[in-house]
Amino acid sequence: MIESGTVVWFARHESRLAWRDWLAMMTAGRRARLRSVTIGFVAFVIAMHAVAYFMVGRYAAAAADKPMLIAITATVLLSWLLMVSQAMESMTRAFYARSDLDLILASPVAAHKVFAVRISTVALVVAMMALPLAAPFIDMLVVRGGWHWLGAYGVIFAMGATATALAVALTVALFRAIGPKRTRLMAQIVAAAIGAAFVIGLQVAAILSYGTMSRTDVVQSAAVLAFTPDAGNVLWWPARAVLGDGGALIGVLAAGVVLLGAAIAAVAPRFGEYAVAATGAGDSRVSEARPAVFRPMTPRRALRRKEWILLRRDPWLVSQTLMQMLYLIPPAVLLWRSFATGGGGGAFNLLVPVLVMAAGQLAGGLAWLTISGEDAPDLVAAAPVRPRLVLRAKVEAVLGVIALVFAPLVAALAVASPRHALVTGGGIVIASVSATAIQLWFRSQAKRSQFRRRQVSSRVATFAEAFSSIGWAGTAAVAAASPWLAIGPAVIALGVLAGARYVSPHKDAIT
Amino acid sequence: MPQFTPPTPFALEIHGLVKRFERPAVDGLDLAARAGEFYALLGPNGAGKTTTLRMIAGLMRPDAGSIHVAGIDALADPVAAKRVMAWIPDEPMIYDKLTPREYLAFVAGLWSVEPTLAAARADELLDWLGLAANADDRCESFSKGMRQKVALAGALIHEPRVIILDEPLTGLDAGSARQVKSVLRERAGAVGAVIMTTHILEVAERMADRIGVIAHGKLIAEGTVEELRRLAGDTAGISGGRGGGASLEDAFLALVAEPAAPAAEAEAA
Repeated sequence: MIESGTVVWFARHESRLAWRDWLAMMTAGRRARLRSVTIGFVAFVIAMHAVAYFMVGRYAAAAADKPMLIAITATVLLSWLLMVSQAMESMTRAFYARSDLDLILASPVAAHKVFAVRISTVALVVAMMALPLAAPFIDMLVVRGGWHWLGAYGVIFAMGATATALAVALTVALFRAIGPKRTRLMAQIVAAAIGAAFVIGLQVAAILSYGTMSRTDVVQSAAVLAFTPDAGNVLWWPARAVLGDGGALIGVLAAGVVLLGAAIAAVAPRFGEYAVAATGAGDSRVSEARPAVFRPMTPRRALRRKEWILLRRDPWLVSQTLMQMLYLIPPAVLLWRSFATGGGGGAFNLLVPVLVMAAGQLAGGLAWLTISGEDAPDLVAAAPVRPRLVLRAKVEAVLGVIALVFAPLVAALAVASPRHALVTGGGIVIASVSATAIQLWFRSQAKRSQFRRRQVSSRVATFAEAFSSIGWAGTAAVAAASPWLAIGPAVIALGVLAGARYVSPHKDAIT
Repeated sequence: MPQFTPPTPFALEIHGLVKRFERPAVDGLDLAARAGEFYALLGPNGAGKTTTLRMIAGLMRPDAGSIHVAGIDALADPVAAKRVMAWIPDEPMIYDKLTPREYLAFVAGLWSVEPTLAAARADELLDWLGLAANADDRCESFSKGMRQKVALAGALIHEPRVIILDEPLTGLDAGSARQVKSVLRERAGAVGAVIMTTHILEVAERMADRIGVIAHGKLIAEGTVEELRRLAGDTAGISGGRGGGASLEDAFLALVAEPAAPAAEAEAA
């Protein structure tokens, strides 16, 4: 029997909550799906092991030379930045989501214990989330290269610990620097930027140096080899630990434990204080001129306007949109470079699918927010407006934002290559309309604040949206080179849409 | 030959309304509220009150029956019926990221209210409901009472002839509840009928001109408080006791009381 109020007791409580939360996310709250989710997960793990077996061959017996250390370090750094991003998001949620906070703070237990456990749980979850993708490769490296590769597991947990420590420090620093009102938005933006920065930075460097979007070429280039320190430097410890160096592994693990421990010791006692300060910290004042609010407008315009105001003021969406926009930086750099060098044909062919894919994904997110994430569904349904018109206004709101984001890029492309601009423009429209249509077919009522969980409400919709965007991106890529050949991928993309339409639920609600 | 529709004194008329889910939620309901009347709908949990109101508001299509709002066939022409109606559910339907003034501008846009008129009415309503000082603050920091007042202002901005409310006083403090009650009472006389469900019998007793009691999806009693007391006394055989000089609560409980099962009656005998 575990004594109540102890760290172990809290750890059990937290792990139970985390497990149920994960289970609900995977099964969309339906326990009956547990079996199919388990089967799917096992199939995924087996397939990943098979893929990994054929991919790791050339690395399994690799020596710890500098190119190898650079390649592993780059991979570790990339994964670690993604972990920092994930941990920052978790920490922000821990500060701002009330859930059981009132209960904990009002109870006669030492609250710092539960917050210490909560921070540790974030570290553990962040590390565990990397395992489904990393474990197959590590396992196959063990099979083909030897037991020393098991050190990689230790590095993953050390990365989770240090990433969480940094995330805690960054979130608290933001809290102190800009206050609770602005921290939520800023933390989300910083998390998104950190997550994307490394990938995008490498791509931009690769484009500028080599004119390709390949990241592996740039990290193992002569310039990088010359610039980086010797193989004995502490910078390579994580890579050495992955390769089975016991001393380096102990050092990396110790660094993780010490940093996480320091973060917990510094923040856990004041966690409640921060969380209480975050309560009701909405930036509530609006400095819009009064007379401008009431304008002559049709119901359709009123709906569009409302959607645009809400999208503009949604901090979470701002960070999500920022993520999408960040991924547009490499193609934008590629476009700019093509202008500068006067070349472009091949580069433009690369640009077309990237822009189409990004448009489809952005449209899907926006369409969920405007169509399913209606916070006052009864108000809109009770208004003297035909349901079809309401949906049309919401779709127009989505397409308006897409046009605003992508029109400048397509216009720039049109100056360089009208044919590519035409294909890109067409692809963006079709991919956006397709993603919006899928959200319409699978619409289900939810609060906008549940945006993070939109993927779990319908997995069919999520996959259909992704495959449709990929399909139209592929179609546009082929069409840019040879229009007739694009019929094939277009038929596949249409097939995805038809399949999604066929299995979509039929609603009897009036809206 | 065009069909002649005689003018109706009723703001709301419902005949034979039916809605089934797994079991009948509303089962042949007949109900009528007169113009200028404050009508309260009472009933135990699961009686079909909210389902009835949602069908009236056009949020749910009935399986059978008819609904006329201010003489308009709400099933044949829902848009026209919605134009003269306002619906306020128990949870305020507002947007956290909009200010009350922006919310009212949005609602006015949905109901196509002329902007100058809407702006003047918005100022008047915000002032009247004590929201003027927060008119340009986002609703995300508002209390339940303030949110309910914003929703109420939204419902009134297009001057509806029929206002439908589902438990509008739930979660309000005494001061806010009094303010909302006085607004509703005033509006009932000024613009048309108010139809409201409530579980607070004292509210129904003090505010309503007539009360309808609904159970198992059927209207089982209707009338003023006095009429219901008398009816409860007659049906339950408790005149002079629970029905006669008793409160509305006693009358209500007597009216909705389940008839005793034969086995239980035999055992008691």
